[in-house]
Amino acid sequence: MFNKFKKNESKLHQKERKLAFFLLFPTIFIVLSIVIFPLLANFWISFKPISLGDLRPPKLIIKENLRGKLINKDKTAEIHYRYRNSSAKYDLNNVIFNDTIPKGFNIKKIEPNNTCEIKDKNLTCNLEKVPAKSSGKIILKITTNDYWKKNKDNLKNTRPTTSYQSKNILTSFEFTFDNFKKVFSATEFIQVLKVSIYYTIFGTAGALLVGLFAAQILQKSFKGRTFVRGLLLFPYISPVIAVAFSWVILFDPFSGVVNSMLIQMNVIDKPINFFGQKYIDISIFGYIFKFPLALSMVIAFEIWRYFPLSFLFILARMQSLPEDVFDAAEIDGASPFQQFYYISLPFLIGIISILFLLRFIWTFNKFDDIFLLTGGNAGTRTFTVNVYEQAFAISNLGAGAAVAVVIFTFLLVFSLVFIKYSKKGVF
Amino acid sequence: MFWKYGLFCSIFAGSIWGTFWQIIFTMMGILTFGIPLELDVNQMLIIGLVSGIFYINCQKIISMKIHLTTIFTMTLLVYMFNFGKPYQINESLNNINIFILIFLTSAVTWISINYSLNKISIGKLSRYDLEGFYIKLMWALGLIIFILITLVPFYIMIMTSLKNQQSLILNPLDFSLNINSDFKTLFNSYIELFTDFNFHLFLINSFFVSCVTVFITLFFSIPGAYALSRLRFPSKKLFSSSVILIYLIPSIVLVIPLYAIFSQIGLRNSLLALIIVYPATTIPVALYMLRGYFSSLSSEIDDAALMDGLSRVQIIFKIAIPLSKPAIVSVGLYVFMIAWNEFLIAFMFLDDPSIFTLSRGIMSLNSSEVPQQHLMAGAVIATIPVMIIFLYLEKFLISGLSTGGVKE
Repeated sequence: MFNKFKKNESKLHQKERKLAFFLLFPTIFIVLSIVIFPLLANFWISFKPISLGDLRPPKLIIKENLRGKLINKDKTAEIHYRYRNSSAKYDLNNVIFNDTIPKGFNIKKIEPNNTCEIKDKNLTCNLEKVPAKSSGKIILKITTNDYWKKNKDNLKNTRPTTSYQSKNILTSFEFTFDNFKKVFSATEFIQVLKVSIYYTIFGTAGALLVGLFAAQILQKSFKGRTFVRGLLLFPYISPVIAVAFSWVILFDPFSGVVNSMLIQMNVIDKPINFFGQKYIDISIFGYIFKFPLALSMVIAFEIWRYFPLSFLFILARMQSLPEDVFDAAEIDGASPFQQFYYISLPFLIGIISILFLLRFIWTFNKFDDIFLLTGGNAGTRTFTVNVYEQAFAISNLGAGAAVAVVIFTFLLVFSLVFIKYSKKGVF
Repeated sequence: MFWKYGLFCSIFAGSIWGTFWQIIFTMMGILTFGIPLELDVNQMLIIGLVSGIFYINCQKIISMKIHLTTIFTMTLLVYMFNFGKPYQINESLNNINIFILIFLTSAVTWISINYSLNKISIGKLSRYDLEGFYIKLMWALGLIIFILITLVPFYIMIMTSLKNQQSLILNPLDFSLNINSDFKTLFNSYIELFTDFNFHLFLINSFFVSCVTVFITLFFSIPGAYALSRLRFPSKKLFSSSVILIYLIPSIVLVIPLYAIFSQIGLRNSLLALIIVYPATTIPVALYMLRGYFSSLSSEIDDAALMDGLSRVQIIFKIAIPLSKPAIVSVGLYVFMIAWNEFLIAFMFLDDPSIFTLSRGIMSLNSSEVPQQHLMAGAVIATIPVMIIFLYLEKFLISGLSTGGVKE
């Protein structure tokens, strides 16, 4: 079957196929190496007992010292080589080090005596194995000769060179399930899951609803509409670091405008730490209700920053709706709400559902915003912030990668839903 | 039902507008005069309500004289409600300012009432008119609220960056600018950022990384997009849809392996690392946007050129690129914006202050030792280039974004 296809294929097609591959190759290569490969590497790392410190490869550290005075001929002095394995975890194997002994020295004795050799003033020591954390010493007993008297060589003119092999934790075949055990068994897992779900659902739905509302407002033509449309996109296009910090400063408990304003207008008596307080008690009809303050603030920021995107899509879709439909409805006596409910909304439901899915995935993946606003504290730690927390704050790269695998699994499920919908032709 | 009557609409609109403008103008007063003003919504609620009823009763005979008289009466009523001391201010603190504030509150409230109750009769309303009234009210309130919530953080950002430490601590609400102060004191934070905090380096680094990213992205995505839109090859559909799926992979999932690998090969703490990683995230976006644009061009030109003996590669350079110059420029600027705004990778990878990008540099200002106005000045510096590009790009971005080229 495949052969038949090939035979029928014209030469032009073949040429086109080759060219297409040639033109797309760099893109495929870059995406494979910077996106797909790290993705696979992440799975690899998630099964490894690896911490941030392990990324620094183990080293043999050597210090050389001269003990004793070299004033008289025939007087002995000692050269001390102290070596140490810098790693607390990994052994160094096949360790060899070389140094050139200055001409002015005669070597009398080497301790321990079976590890080192001297050949033409070249010292070669075969230490074989230096276990993790261990250190050792090699002592050379020396005397000076005539040459030294003339030239006064300095021992430190030549540095010892070393060669050794060590296990690289990234490429070794040492695996563990501890990372996943740690991630799933931690009491905070449920908490992180809950926060992620709340954040994603409310952030997505909020941004969509606000965007829908904004689109309704901007659909009516008025003076300065283009200007306002551009203005409403500001939160979306500005650098996240700039807008996140301006929110932090706006709601600062000590010098923030919002707190001072609320206090001066006699709305509250004490400043509220909007981004640092997990719960705030609100009493409704005598019932004390614990309101998750920091999480709500983070969600509010998410809505503020991303409603422009939904607004833009919905507005573009609405403007492609022919005017005369509304004119006809007007003549038939449909009220404005009826027009919205029976004409606009059914027309928009496709774009709204696809926006919901896309934004749902992106909100779930959001890291920067929460990290900059609260650092993941005060009950705002989502999975993405947990990746950072595990890998870089606690320095457990493996656990961080395991959390990233959890994120990726969720992502895979969401993407499948997305593909299913986009195949239906919504997108 | 009572809410179907014009009279109720007038009460409703009057009290809503009165309360709303009272809150807004009190806040504006606090921010512009830098003095504590107590919020009292009740007075304006009642005054607005009364003016609403007044308007709906005599809207037929209304004239300029009546407009002015009403506004002054409303202002007077505010003074009467407070026994001549509105906002509970005892001292003779700039009484003229307070008067202007109250007068403006009254005037804007009155204009809003005029706007929402225009052509509403006092009796029972038809469903169409009733919904029209509520929609008009919601539309106006919504528009104002949207503009305010969008602008306030940016306003705070700019104003904070122009203040100095003492006045910020003394009164966080005083955003009145001292117009008499000279350039140096006004822009002190900016000058210090450039002289003491190496911001000129950060700017250069950000600019360099973003430009190189744009160049690499366009260099690879133009031919790729052309191939996707014009050439026939197997599994083309799969390829196109996997481009979308690449969008959905967040950098937080990639950052640990990238960090580990780049650390091991000694690339991590360098601008080269950013230049390698950024294009990988922007090429799919650019590919997607450009593919859409190329597809919208007619392929007949290409066919004619092929007949004339041009090769495909020649067509790309001589026909496709010149024809889509505006789109390429726009995609390039968009990619520039993505690279400029990027935070996570820069934050994780860069340790050495001399190679910080702006995002990373601003992050380093976020400590208790650096005053707030420096942080905000840094934020303004990072935002300005993006705003300039946006003003240039707005039209394209709006059409490009809404046809599907979306990226965080």
